[in-house]
Amino acid sequence: MADYVFQKEKIEELLGGMAKNYEVHAPLLNAGIVRFGKVEEGGPALAKLDDYSNSSVPPKELLFPQTETLFRYRLGTGGIEPKVPDAGAKVAVFGIRPCDAQAFAIVDKLFGWDYPDPYFQNRRKSTVLIGLACSSPCSTCFCTSLGGGPTNDEYLDVAMYDLGNEIYLKTVTEKGDELCKSISDLLEEASPSHLEACQNQSKEAASKIRRSIDTNGIPEKLPALYDNPFWEQFSDRCLGCGICTYLCPTCHCFDIQDEVEVFDGRRARMWDTCMFEEYTRHASGHNPRPTRKERTRNRVSHKYSYFPTNFGVIACVGCGRCIKYCPVNIDIIDILEKSIAVEVKEAG
Amino acid sequence: MMDESNPYLPYEVEIKETWYETPGERAIKTFKVDFVDSSVWDTWSHKPGQCAMVGRLGVGESMFCISSSPTEEGYLRFSVMKMGKVTRALHQLEVGDTMTVRGPLGNWFPVNEWEGKRIVTIGGGIGQAPLRPVINYVRANRAKYEDLTVLYGSRTSADLCFQEELECLISEEETTCHLSVDVEEESWEHYVGFVPNLLMDVSPSPENAIAVTCGPPVMIKFVTQNLVKLGFEPEQIYTTLENRMKCGIGKCGRCNVGHLYVCKHGPVFSYAQIKDIPEAFA
Repeated sequence: MADYVFQKEKIEELLGGMAKNYEVHAPLLNAGIVRFGKVEEGGPALAKLDDYSNSSVPPKELLFPQTETLFRYRLGTGGIEPKVPDAGAKVAVFGIRPCDAQAFAIVDKLFGWDYPDPYFQNRRKSTVLIGLACSSPCSTCFCTSLGGGPTNDEYLDVAMYDLGNEIYLKTVTEKGDELCKSISDLLEEASPSHLEACQNQSKEAASKIRRSIDTNGIPEKLPALYDNPFWEQFSDRCLGCGICTYLCPTCHCFDIQDEVEVFDGRRARMWDTCMFEEYTRHASGHNPRPTRKERTRNRVSHKYSYFPTNFGVIACVGCGRCIKYCPVNIDIIDILEKSIAVEVKEAG
Repeated sequence: MMDESNPYLPYEVEIKETWYETPGERAIKTFKVDFVDSSVWDTWSHKPGQCAMVGRLGVGESMFCISSSPTEEGYLRFSVMKMGKVTRALHQLEVGDTMTVRGPLGNWFPVNEWEGKRIVTIGGGIGQAPLRPVINYVRANRAKYEDLTVLYGSRTSADLCFQEELECLISEEETTCHLSVDVEEESWEHYVGFVPNLLMDVSPSPENAIAVTCGPPVMIKFVTQNLVKLGFEPEQIYTTLENRMKCGIGKCGRCNVGHLYVCKHGPVFSYAQIKDIPEAFA
């Protein structure tokens, strides 16, 4: 694997070079919101790399779009036309943070078990992740509690470090190598001093993470709190808006709906959330999770108990978005800390 | 089997026969269907208890148990209660119309492991639909099993599904069949009372037996309690769970009870598997 540098002021030139072979997505700044999108002339401006600690909307939508067509059909004529994305396409995601890349590795397990999901998996295969190490984490970040870190390159194809005037680039996978070779005329060789600067930045960034949670024992403890009134202290103020799940990089739940215009129809899937009442409501009207208490319990238990029971890994990367954007300040770390503290009465 | 490269694509099926099992606002209609592309049969294989997403293009799909046993060849059967958007749309369909089937999905009753055992099924209302393939599978492989006892009840006699077949079960020597209705009605010759009470009245022995129960959640709860009273171990009791589903393949999220996805880990569970998961009874 190789390492390079480029001048930060040449970033648009670099993205332009990449765009010759790849469909390039990068963090764009639009109306105060940083969200990944296709870099296009006349489109929203590129967010400055030191402007966003993390994008407001996670880049999960690039692999798992908010709404996506599964297949199309014409009523009355029979025949179904699948709309599976091309695994051979070349897509580059520039500036993804290490936590959001880690989230892909988590949901890989779900989209891969039993019946692999070709929509997610083909996009995953075609996508190169060019990550950007965090030098100044947010006050809500707790990635170091979940096996990640502000400069973790484990889930990236290329890792970038913002060194002020220069950006240092390190290839992590062959996919990343291939991408860097395709723009090698725009890159310069890195020196040992660059590497040293990165190492210093890593140490410094990790020390800036202010929040943490010891996850030991939580997956085993949460099921024992199923009937515990403990949940009500959080669910009582929950508005049920679902933002904690929509902005979560590991939340993967979806709905499937048919849409028809005259005779032309499509079956599409779209993000859904366990925080909504309709999510589990049976056709009979019966709802196994009738109130926000059950729904809050499911959100937290799914991430910190059910998912690890099924897949061996907690479905949270500590990006902190659910804490940062909750309109009523529900804080998952607070819930987890209190879940450890609460006493469980033995059944009987 | 389902198109493995894309588990979201359904098969088109044509309705060959259809009839009402029960009347009323929540009528139950049975559909006997065949694949439009008959080559699907070359790879199709389902087991008693497995489900499929059944639907209509332009409307959507919902999960139903395949109520025909794999020993019934050349068609699939589904019995659908008119309840929500999809089931209303399905009820409008008649012979010759097409619908969609995506499956088979989920696990199944381990009928192979049950060979040499006595089988007791305890059903209530539409809950007889997932039991029907078990009953017909055992009847088709009669020598491999000991006694077959069928207990089935519903609110009124008009709410009993598969009535012609019940007559068969009652008249055939190798099967014991007990029916019940919740309240007394004229010319009803069988048991009057709730299914859990019928179970105690019949009191099947737990010796070398497997009990399978499907029906409304409240019925399952009391039937299970009564089976335990009769000496059945949690490992001898099987049921099916249901929840709202969209994908049917353990991805869309909503059908979980605790860490178990009803669509993927179920719908068939032994009582031993779910007795400590309170959400299974929510």
